[in-house]
Amino acid sequence: MTGPGGAIAADVRAGRRTARDVLEDHLGRIEGREAEIHAFNRVLADEARSAAGEVDRAVAAGQDPGPLAGVPVALKDNLCTRGIPTTCSSRILDGWLPPYDATVVSQLRRAGAVIVGKTNLDEFAMGSSTENSAFGPTRNPHDLSRVPGGSSGGSAASVAAGFSALALGSDTGGSIRQPAALCGVVGVKPTYGLVSRYGLVAFASSLDQIGPFATTVADAALLLDAISGHDAMDSTSLPGEVPSAAAGLDQGVEGLSIGLISELMNADGMEPDVLARCRQAADALTAAGAKVDEVSVPAVAFGVTAYYLIAPAEASSNLARYDGVRYGLRVPGTDITAMYGATRSAGFGAEVKRRIMLGTYALSAGYYDAYYGKAQRVRTLIVRDFEAAYERFDVLLAPTTPSTAFEIGAKTGDPLAMYLSDVCTIPSNLAGHPAMTVPFGGGDDGLPIGVQVLAPALGETVMFRVAATLERAALGQAGPDRPGETAP
Amino acid sequence: MTAGAVAGEAVGAWETVVGLEVHCELRTETKLFCGCRNAFGEEPNTNICPVCLGLPGSLPVLNERAVEYAMRIGTALHCTVVPSVFHRKNYFYPDMPKDYQISQYDLPINIDGRLELPGGKEVGIVRAHIEEDTGKSTHVGGGGRIHEAAHSLVDYNRAGVPLVEIVSHPDLRGADEAKAYVEELRAILVATGSSDGKMEEGSLRVDANVSVRPAGSQELGTRCEIKNMNSLRSLGRAIEYEVARQIALVESGQPVVQETRHWNEADGQTHSMRSKEEAEDYRYFREPDLVPLEPSAEWVAAVAAALPPLPAERRGRVAAASGLDAGADAVVTVVNLDLDPFVTAVAGVRGNAELAVRRLANEVAASVDQARHLDPDAFCRLIQMEDRGELSTAQARTVLKELLAASGSGRGATDPAAIAAGLGFEAMADDALGAAVDEVIAANPAEWARYCEGEDKLAGLFVGQVKRATQGKADPAAVSALLRTRRQSGG
Repeated sequence: MTGPGGAIAADVRAGRRTARDVLEDHLGRIEGREAEIHAFNRVLADEARSAAGEVDRAVAAGQDPGPLAGVPVALKDNLCTRGIPTTCSSRILDGWLPPYDATVVSQLRRAGAVIVGKTNLDEFAMGSSTENSAFGPTRNPHDLSRVPGGSSGGSAASVAAGFSALALGSDTGGSIRQPAALCGVVGVKPTYGLVSRYGLVAFASSLDQIGPFATTVADAALLLDAISGHDAMDSTSLPGEVPSAAAGLDQGVEGLSIGLISELMNADGMEPDVLARCRQAADALTAAGAKVDEVSVPAVAFGVTAYYLIAPAEASSNLARYDGVRYGLRVPGTDITAMYGATRSAGFGAEVKRRIMLGTYALSAGYYDAYYGKAQRVRTLIVRDFEAAYERFDVLLAPTTPSTAFEIGAKTGDPLAMYLSDVCTIPSNLAGHPAMTVPFGGGDDGLPIGVQVLAPALGETVMFRVAATLERAALGQAGPDRPGETAP
Repeated sequence: MTAGAVAGEAVGAWETVVGLEVHCELRTETKLFCGCRNAFGEEPNTNICPVCLGLPGSLPVLNERAVEYAMRIGTALHCTVVPSVFHRKNYFYPDMPKDYQISQYDLPINIDGRLELPGGKEVGIVRAHIEEDTGKSTHVGGGGRIHEAAHSLVDYNRAGVPLVEIVSHPDLRGADEAKAYVEELRAILVATGSSDGKMEEGSLRVDANVSVRPAGSQELGTRCEIKNMNSLRSLGRAIEYEVARQIALVESGQPVVQETRHWNEADGQTHSMRSKEEAEDYRYFREPDLVPLEPSAEWVAAVAAALPPLPAERRGRVAAASGLDAGADAVVTVVNLDLDPFVTAVAGVRGNAELAVRRLANEVAASVDQARHLDPDAFCRLIQMEDRGELSTAQARTVLKELLAASGSGRGATDPAAIAAGLGFEAMADDALGAAVDEVIAANPAEWARYCEGEDKLAGLFVGQVKRATQGKADPAAVSALLRTRRQSGG
């Protein structure tokens, strides 16, 4: 099933539509609703028009601009763009212009994509609601009183609102899948190392992965396949053959074994309507010829605890460089130590400071073994338990989030409650495995619900087989309209 | 016998214990984690990129050549090359772009080696690991310290330059051994081609862990880490000062406080930088941006096989050729200055290799830059001329200096015979020298009789008289040889 992104690329490559025309449609939608949604930190209208013009000239000259020809794509504002501010929604990067493009940005440009803007996020991707942004929250296009999820809330909202056909986000503990689920779109966290992290401003290096947002599974596959592959600039980038996401789209699930993860179905705070949708999804897969069973993956129960030691520990080190010496914000001080303190106090928001302190503590002499060391051992257990499950099952199934989108402000005073909204997504990051969310109907409140498909490392093809099947089944479910589809 | 007696550097009842940490810059073309040029002395902040500036989003990629150089060093120090990982060492300093240094911590690439000093003593090597260098800060005003400075300038050209840190066991027993260790280590580093070993340019930096203990004790005393020695001489001075300071403390009943101390070249003292309590908690953890480093057995073997002959082996060859002791100063000098191929050349033509070593360690060593252009054949011919008595010692030295100057400048004769002729040094034919010797013997019958009875010191008298008789042309060694021959044949 071709998605709008794929349709645009096909039309533009065939000369049926111009990239400029497509872009103006999207800029029009941005014009219409961006003020109330605030998906973007910066709309790149001029740059996009220029890029679209180049695509059209290439087509006119008989050249193929690539598989994403003329497709409007939004970038999470923690992906470096040469000469264009990259803020991570933080004051600390005030005024910084990256001198280089992230690898994924170069890949998008080469594939003919048109970058329409840099999207809002929780500061340095730390959060689950996009409320931790120095530039104000993003609102859920389905209900402006609700959060879009986070941290890639701006990218999710952009796709959900039709501002861009596709978007890229980053997923450290669920930051693509959770907002995709809450905004009713498809979101993919690829296998760790499948997509280059070069140019992604690091939050937690061993967990961060870049991945796509799309309105359809096919569009997500199109974008993922365009950015997958080894990059010599990223030492953790996987060498060797790259699994094709698109290859799985039409294969169905006949004969696949699918496990429903008990621990995540029964997770704290799991809402009945979300659980019910997940069970309906399992039934739909059974009906499509798969064999579905419950499976226990015991160690995932410790995922959130381990994550909130490992991710802040790495973050405390990754964010040390924002010290006022070389770029970004500098608040003067009487000496170097005072300057560091004043700059970082003024430049970072509360959640970032909280995590830097957590992580610094977790790595401290005398506490390392009890906290960071132990968390790493839990991580090993999670990998082991997943591997055991994958001996019996081809893919695993779970809810993406415990609930539908919550009210803005509902969890800002309770960091732990906020952290728990990632309970279902964190295990895949700790394991380095791929996982994606597919919209599957709505909740009692009429808001979107996502179902999550998890696969073993480099299992993208089988993951997309299941996701595409779920998407076809979901068409029969009562679900929320996609706000983007109600526009022109 | 106590350890102190062995070392011979005990100060009174106290024994000095020193362990050294030597940082050596690798002479790779590019930096450790990016493609920027690794070059010294260029315009500040010109060899930089997003990676070595630690810009947001940048990632390190390990330089394979740096790994190879590190393995060369480890192999040369008889270490075991093992699978290793990189860690982050976290601390804030403006010349460190990421505010952490990528280094190796509990799993370094080279472990458990040893270094043999020319005198034969073995010094244990704990480890030799890879890490990145920082940028270079210049603090303007306020006595050159960051907190008092009016402003500071940072040059990031050096940021990310590959380093190997070589950590010794506390096996050194004083300033002289410490200096000998650094000299030998430097020679090894240069021989492996991994580093240029220039202390004055900062490509070789030495920190010393110094403690004292009662002579004969096996326990280690409280140590201080001394930093900022930028020459062998200051290393020696700093250790001697620190030892005296610690002995004075202990003897007056005060404890030595474990701390880092800064050597001040100007006042000749060490000064407290920070105590153990103030020491940074570096919060080491595995560098998640790099994968474990696991050199294949084939690679390790290939590096070992390609290692050039090391100083100890080369000293052994010079010793074997010359009959000198392998630890003799002249032999050490010849090898450290890469002059041993000349000894090999002289030995190859059955020349006097011992004489060659003397000339190389003295006259040639004094003009070592010119010696790079010295033709080994010409050097061999000169040694043969001197050895045969065709030139006296003084004449040979003069000819050698001319030869070196001509070789270095590319102007003038480079044939020793031609230089000697040009200087008017007529070759003394053996029979002419013999005749002169016989005349002197005839003129001093009483002394000759005593010499023949074994009064060897009288040889000097005969040599002196022969030299006078020949206006200095006679070679003393040749005269001595003739005197011995005459005595053995019964006068």
